[in-house]
This record gives sequence, C-alpha cells and structure tokens, in this order.
Amino acid sequence: MRFRTTAVVAGASSLLLLTGCGAADMTKQASPFANAQGVKTVTLSVQSWVGAQANVAVAQYLLEHELGYRVDTVQIDEVPAWDALSQGRVDALLEDWGHPEEEQRYVKDKKTIVPGGDLGVTGHIGWYVPTYFAKQHPDVTDWKNLNKYADRMRTAESGGKGQLMDGSPSYVTNDKALVNNLDLDYQVVFAGSEAAQITQIKQFAKEKKPFLTYWYSPQWLFKKVPMTEVKLPEYKEGCDADAEKVACAYPHTPLQKYLNADFAKSGGEAAALLKKFKWTTEDQNEVSLMIAEQKLSPEEAAKKWVDSHESTWKAWLS
Amino acid sequence: MATVTTAAPRIAVPGVLKHPVLRKLLLLALAAAILVPLANARWASGTWPAALTVDFTEPLTKASVWIIDNRDSHPLFLYFFGHISNAVVLAVRAVYLVLLAAGWAGVTAAASLVAWRVAGFRLAAGTGIAFLACGFLGMWIPTMQTLALMVVAVLASVAVGALLGLAAGLSDRMDRILRPVLDTMQVLPAYAYLLPVVLVFGMGVPAAVLATVVYAAPPMARLTALGLRGADKEVLEAVESLGTTARQRLLTARIPLARKELLLGLNQTIMMALSMAVIASVIGAGGLGDRVYQALGSVDVGAALAAGIPIVLLAVVLDRVTGAAGEALGDEPQPNGRARWAYALVAAVAVAVAGRLAGRLDWPDAWALNIAEPVNRAVDWMTDHLYSGVPVIGGTADWAAHFTTWVLDPVRDTLQWLPWWSVLLIVAALAWLIGTWRTALTAVLAMAAIGVLGVWEPSLDTLSQVLAAVAVTLVLGFATGIAAARSDRVERMLRPVLDVFQTMPQFVYLIPVVALFGVGRAPAVAAAVVYALPAVVRITTQGLRQVDPAALESARSLGATPAQQLRQVQLPLARPALLLAVNQGVVLVLAVVIIGSLVGGGALGYEVVAGLAQGDLATGLVAGAAIVCLGLMLDRVTQPTERRAKKGA
Repeated sequence: MRFRTTAVVAGASSLLLLTGCGAADMTKQASPFANAQGVKTVTLSVQSWVGAQANVAVAQYLLEHELGYRVDTVQIDEVPAWDALSQGRVDALLEDWGHPEEEQRYVKDKKTIVPGGDLGVTGHIGWYVPTYFAKQHPDVTDWKNLNKYADRMRTAESGGKGQLMDGSPSYVTNDKALVNNLDLDYQVVFAGSEAAQITQIKQFAKEKKPFLTYWYSPQWLFKKVPMTEVKLPEYKEGCDADAEKVACAYPHTPLQKYLNADFAKSGGEAAALLKKFKWTTEDQNEVSLMIAEQKLSPEEAAKKWVDSHESTWKAWLS
Repeated sequence: MATVTTAAPRIAVPGVLKHPVLRKLLLLALAAAILVPLANARWASGTWPAALTVDFTEPLTKASVWIIDNRDSHPLFLYFFGHISNAVVLAVRAVYLVLLAAGWAGVTAAASLVAWRVAGFRLAAGTGIAFLACGFLGMWIPTMQTLALMVVAVLASVAVGALLGLAAGLSDRMDRILRPVLDTMQVLPAYAYLLPVVLVFGMGVPAAVLATVVYAAPPMARLTALGLRGADKEVLEAVESLGTTARQRLLTARIPLARKELLLGLNQTIMMALSMAVIASVIGAGGLGDRVYQALGSVDVGAALAAGIPIVLLAVVLDRVTGAAGEALGDEPQPNGRARWAYALVAAVAVAVAGRLAGRLDWPDAWALNIAEPVNRAVDWMTDHLYSGVPVIGGTADWAAHFTTWVLDPVRDTLQWLPWWSVLLIVAALAWLIGTWRTALTAVLAMAAIGVLGVWEPSLDTLSQVLAAVAVTLVLGFATGIAAARSDRVERMLRPVLDVFQTMPQFVYLIPVVALFGVGRAPAVAAAVVYALPAVVRITTQGLRQVDPAALESARSLGATPAQQLRQVQLPLARPALLLAVNQGVVLVLAVVIIGSLVGGGALGYEVVAGLAQGDLATGLVAGAAIVCLGLMLDRVTQPTERRAKKGA
C-alpha cells in the first residue's frame, strides 16, 4: 500500500499546485471514475424501474459491442438525475416522464442540458384494479364509486381506510393530493420501490384479492397480472399545474431523452447513437420481461433483443 | 413498546437510590401539575400543536434553489467549494488510476504483502483470498472504486481527526469545546450527514467523500486526544527534566506514547469510513454500495449479495490488519524489518509489472462466478415455501405481518395517541432517573425541537420502531450475554461470530432481511436487531464477568442457587454495564431503523430518501434534523451518569 500512498501524496500536492489559484466550477467536474486509462466512457443514468433498465441495457450493449465504449451506469432518481446530468456526472438520461420545472431551469435557462429526442414510447400513469375484480364489480372502474369499495381494499399498513398502493417516493405522483381533493376514503401507502410493489401485486393476485394501485404503461406486468384502469376526472392541459389542487387524471406523455450539453457536442459516435435511439413499446416490454420475469441479466436480455432486431438498431448507428 | 418505558425505571430503583428518585419524580410531578393545565388550555392535547411548529420549507427550498442556480457562478462556489470538490475528484481519480494501473494481480499482491509485513502470514493469505474473491464475484471494478474513495476519505479523516485531537489533547479549553460535539457526533445516524453535503456539492463523489470524512473523523479525534492526555505523567516529567522544549516533548514522548490509541483511532476511522462509503451510494458514491443500492431497489437479493460479500471481506480484512498492527506495536522490532519491507515492495511491483506485461490488467470476464442466479433461485424457493402457510409455525412473511399488527402498530398508535406534553414528561422522567438534570434537559429540548420542526408523527413512528427493536435486542442480547458469561464454551463459540458481525457495515444487514421478510417495517426492525445485538451481547458478557468474584463467592457460600446468584448479585452489580448496553443498543438500532427506509421502513428515514429522490431538500433536511434530535434524545435518555464522570471512549 506504500506506493499507493506516495501516489496520493504526489497527486494531492500537484493538484494543490494546479488548483491553488483561479476559479473551479464544480458543475463542470466529471465523475472521477470516468474515462479512466484512456478508455472512452459513457455514463448513463438508470432509474429504478425495469423499463428504464431495458433502455439502458440495450444502449449499453450497443455502445460496448458495436462502438467500443466502456459504459458506467449510475442509479439516480429522476429529479437528482437532472442535476447530475447538468453537472456532467452522467452523460445521458434515456427515459424522462416529464419534469417541466427542471426542463425550464436546465434546458431553457442554463442550457446545460439538451433534449435528445423521443424515446418512441408513450407513457401513461393511472390507477388500476385487477381485471378479475373489475369483471365482478364493473362500477369500480369509475373513481366516483371507489369509496364503496374502500373497506375491501384495507390492509395492515393503511389503517382504517382503503389502500392506494404507490411505488417509490421518487416517481411522478399526485396521488396524495388526488385522494384529498376527490374526497376518497383511501390512504396512500408507498411500497418503497417498483420491485416491492410488483411483489405485493403478485401476492394479491395469487390470492385473487382486490387492490388499488398506482401503475403505469408501458409495463410488462400487465401480461402477468391483467389490470384495468380506473377512470379519474379527465386530464386537461394545465389541470395539474398546482400540485396541491390536482383533481384530474395523469396525461399521456411521450417519453423523452436528454443529454448533457457538452456530451451532445463532443460525445462523438456515442452521442449520435443515443440521439437516434428510438424504439417501440413492444420492444421495450420484450426486454423488460426478459429482465424482470425470466431473470436474465440486463446484458443477456439486451443481447437477445439485439440479435433478433438488427434492422431496428442498424438505423441508429448510421 | 410499553415494556421498555416501564422497565427502565424499574432497573433504576434499587433500595439506596429510592429517596433521590422519589424526590426527582415529585419535582417533575409538581412541574407537570403547573405546566400541563396551562399547556392544555393554550394548545389542545393530542398531537403536537400546529401553533408551536415553525415551517422551514420555504426558506430551505429557497436556499436550495439559490444554490442550484448559483453553483456555477457565485464566487463562494467558484473559489471555495469548487476547489474542495475539484481536489476530491482529482485525488480519488489519482488513486483509482493507480489501482487500475497496478491491475488486479498487482493490487492483490500489494495488499497481501502489506498484510504480511504488519500482521503476519495468515492474515496475508486471508487478504489475498479476499481480494481474489471480489474478482471472482465480478466486482473488481466496483471494489476498486470503493477502495479509491476509501483511501482518500480515510487519509482526509485521519488528517482532520488528528489535528482536532491534537488541539483537544494539548489545550484544555479546546477539549471542553470539542468533547461534547464529538460525543454527539458519535451517536448520530450516518444518514443525517448526507443531506447538508448534497445541498452544497450536489450528488456525486465529492459529496460522498466529504460526508464520509465528517462521519469518520470524530473517532480519530477522540482517541488522539485521549492518547495525548493519557500519557504517563512520570515519563513526561522525566522528559521535561531533561530540558526539552514543548515541541520536542510532543514529538519524542507524547505522540510515541499515544501510539496505541492512534492506531485504534485509525482502525475505527477506517471501519466507519467503509460503513459510510457504502451508505453514501444513496448520494452517488458509486462502487460497491451503489451495486447493493441498485439491487435493493429491484429486490434482487442475489445481486445484492454479490456486492455485499466484497464489502464484508474488505471490512474484515481492514479491521484485522489494522488491529494486528496495533497489537504488534509493543513487540520488539524484528531484525532486518526494513529489508523485508523492501522485499515486499519489490515483489508487489514485480507482480504488477508481470500482470501488465501479460496484458491482464482487467479481471478476466471468464473468471467470474455468477452467484446471483443460484442465490435468487434459493430466495424464490424460500418465498414460495417459507414465506407463508408453513404449518404450525407460519411463514416468515406471516411473522413479519404479525409483528407489524401486534407489536409495531399498537406501539406506534399509542405513542401517537399520547398527548404531546406527556411524551415530553416521560422523556424527562426517564432521562432524569437514569442520568442527571442536564441530560434530562437536553433530551426534552431535543424532543420538543422535533415537534417544532413539524415532524412529530413520523418521528414517533420511527421511535416506535426503535423501541420495538430495542426491546427485542435487549431480550435476546441479555439472554445470550448471560449464557456467554456463565459458560466459557459459549463465549468461545460466540466470539468469532460477534467479531465478524460487528465489523460489517450497516447497509449489508438489509439484504438478508428483505429475502426473509419482504418489505415493510418488520424487516427494518429485524435488520436493526441483528446489527445492534453483537454490541449488547459483548457489553453484557463483559459486565457480568467483571463482577467481583468475592461477592459471588460469599453468595455461593450462603447457599444461593445459580439463579439467585444471577438475579441478586451479578445483575445488580453489573448494572452500569447493562445500562451501557442499553445505551449502545438504542444508538445502533436507531442508525439501522433509519436506513431501513430503503426496504420500506417508512417514517423519518423515508422522508430523507424521498427528499433526496425528489430533489426536495427541504423535506429531507427537516427530517435529517429530526433524526439528529431523536438520536440526541435517545442517547441522553439512556445515558448513565457514569459516562459523564469517565473520561473518553
């Protein structure tokens, strides 16, 4: 360990000399692990849901095997990912569900982030009940009748009210305000992560119990546990502007990619590939299902998809 | 859990103390009789009155937005924080590049040879195997990233800690100022340190390193001060009589005399730095912790284990090697020790160069051992077969559900149902009975601060988890401790287990509990119990074993049965140790219950995570401050009077 320490001492003293004067902009400092040993590195942000992992897995596979990059992935939640992207600690964000405030700050005002185009997938958030329950009680799919079923959705964690299950605290959600403003007899319970939520949904489905959950499409779980959306008051442009007063459904969002501005300019082939990266809901679900249900590693899943969809990704490389 | 709140005063009321205890209780009752009706009339009972809270959301949100907007333009950031951040990035990068340049063979060889020189052949072999295991698990690069971050953080912590310790060791005034601060920092959960650094530095390695330094420097400072102050007076006088200057005395006598404490401080700093470097993955530290964090997010126990094992191996190796270095200090220096160091250095460089020439710098992919899949299959089998519906005993998920509905829910509901002033009164009474009026005052103020911050309910939720976990820990810990104190064989069997468990970073405990109990509050409590148990067992055993043999002998000669001996002689005499065990148990449990929010523990820890996740630092900071207050309160309530009087450690 001795030569390591000497190297540190040497490094530290030289860096003191280097940085002794002048300004140091910490928003321009990349991760210390990036581009080590002259290998071209791209850092991608992965969010915690499987769909996002699928995007990253395929992008990573192509960058590594077709273009010879080394890819680092970092798990960052949605909002901090914007900050990290702006600072250049990650190079790209492949699936964003709409963060107008951050977009205004970083893309329009500071210009440290540039849009990377459509992902090709349209996302929609909503409230869902299992189809087996909706068939028995068709009126549950209207929010006005939800209170009738509140006592059937009760659990240990929700106390005396019905349980509305939410995923990770980091996901886009207005549920607490919605429950409040629509006068629903429900308690929002956070499962903590998508995976925890899936585990719970599967447990409920195994016993054919009713449940009400925050869920989103595209999502591979619909193939395993069919779910029906509950109609909320219709979405109109701007009805979700005030987070406290939201009383309408979630919009349909074409999911977006974003790149760090410097990376977009000087990222070469990698930046070009990530800008062109565009696939369909079916493609994403195929890879997600392999990762989450067949328990393939993301790399294996990406390889399988890449092997069978050459025409799709060849277009991204040209 | 109600049993804890009532059990504590019962311990505290042996015959002699009766009068002061009564007096204290009377005084408190008097104060309550005057204040409670007033408070009741002014603000309603029940939960903390809204009139008494201060909303920090707006100023905090403003501050955080200001920081984000000005981070790349304001001189404070450009000329001060920017340089710190830059220095950290460059230093970590330098170490990382050196590690990568040495290649896996070079790093393994260097680590083993260092272990051989300071700790002997067996530890050297263990170190080598540990590093190779990291490679086989496919974790070489993350291990090196964590190691690079650790090296920088430990060096910085040691420098900062030694400086503070030197100041506190040489100046009485500095000692008086620093001691309470360091004492308090020691009891705070790691999570509380994350948010302030994120606020200034943003997510990423610089913030992670700085949080680690803040967390890991205090033990170094405490032990340095302790070592300098504990130096043998006669030796110092002898040195002084030789006409040395103050600086000569410091360099030739006091520091060398404090070597043992300094190395112990280094050991503790390294262990705490590792623990924090892993937790800091929540704020973008990368490396092994990030792999665990990602895996926990998708409840992928196999992947979490593959990243968790290297963390455990690193912890054990670092602990043993630095510990052995401390023990070897008193020995005679070996002949030609310098030459052997030179051999070791040459050998390490030779291996590194050989690895380089062979073109084998990166760990070969083909050598990876995929443990994630078999582990996940085992976990799936467990969830299918042990989770629920096991005849007679029920499944683990059933236990978790029962624990939640029968223990956690009632405790939480009772705490939240109690009028706010009665919670303050209970805190005051407990703290005063066990400690002094000073600790009682601090505890009450800390608890009141939680109310003022407006997070009364989630804090009581966290508190209920802490109480439940502490109760379980104490029952198990005391039982095991008593068994170990009575039988040498049990103690011999327990010792290595306790050793390993005590060195593991808090994060690692979350992995197995998710596999067993799923997500929710019950697994968080289970992780906390497992984490706090070793310390409680160890302190109990030591306390019982140190009971005066003469007292035991006389009891035995009076014909007391073993049970009577234990109940009437050993336990009362070991009371200080038992109280210390309670105190340690509470502090350790709190640390893990907070992290338990990552597996669905909810409450305060959840607000910190949510604050980080949503970029809503106001929520996170308020919750972080509440965690600090809760830690302070719990520590003061259980703080025996003895700790005040005793110096250090």
